[in-house]
Amino acid sequence: MADAHAAEHSHPTAAVYIRVAAILFMLTVLEVGVFYVPTFHPILVPALLILSAIKFSIVVMFYMHLKMDNRFFTLIFGGPLLLAFGMMMALMFLFRVFVLK
Amino acid sequence: MSHAAAADVHAEGGGHRTSMGLDSRKMAFWAFIGSECLLFATLISTYLIYKGKSLEGPFPPQILNIPFTSFSTFDLLMSSLWMVLALAAVQRNDMKWAKIWLMGTAIGGLIFLGGQVWEFSHFVEHGLTLQKNMFGTTFFVLTGTHGAHVAVGVLWLLTLWVRAMQGKLTSKNAMTVEITGLYWHFVDVIWIIIFTVVYLIQ
Repeated sequence: MADAHAAEHSHPTAAVYIRVAAILFMLTVLEVGVFYVPTFHPILVPALLILSAIKFSIVVMFYMHLKMDNRFFTLIFGGPLLLAFGMMMALMFLFRVFVLK
Repeated sequence: MSHAAAADVHAEGGGHRTSMGLDSRKMAFWAFIGSECLLFATLISTYLIYKGKSLEGPFPPQILNIPFTSFSTFDLLMSSLWMVLALAAVQRNDMKWAKIWLMGTAIGGLIFLGGQVWEFSHFVEHGLTLQKNMFGTTFFVLTGTHGAHVAVGVLWLLTLWVRAMQGKLTSKNAMTVEITGLYWHFVDVIWIIIFTVVYLIQ
């Protein structure tokens, strides 16, 4: 129980939070850059989705503290997140947004 | 129940601990965030399903303003930084900086909301309404639901700031600030997805 309590309170320092913000800022600049530079247009969708997933993970891990918190919180969040992703994929196939060849 | 056992069951700031030793409020809030993932997944799916199915304009490339929305995205990311700095300040009982960061976060949210109000009015002026076409319907419902979440977050942050000004927010209530932060960062991660899916992938 003491371990769970300690895990709940071991948060990063302000310096780590600022470094994370700098990384998020750079990733956002990269996203907008990829959008505007024609060279990247053939890989626009996968590149933007990957960058977006990286930003999502960084915020969840460091700002929402899932990296340091008890693993059970990751389970409570990760379960519905996977369900949501699965549901989205199922809907995309059902409504023929994605078509299997 | 002995005093030691009672201390184990009761978390800081009046909350309760579960049998796993975790704060019950935090656990419930993560479950709420999980349910919110499903809500936004349905809205994003609806947007994607009806994407490109509008019979008349305005269409997304004609109307979406990427530089402006990039600024809104940057503003929301910065507000997330200020939120964690507010939490760190509350945890070390530095209430002066906690108040500054809490107000900064709320102002960040208000700037985002102001931007959204401007964007919505600009779209309506250019003929895009909720009833105009499939893009208008799905866009306004998705981004409007997100905006409503931001508005709730701003009210929540201002409530915390007022409590801090009254001296009712101390390091003992750090969990309250942490839960507010969880909500605020969730609103931020949802915007990360909306910015990519709606604005950048046209």
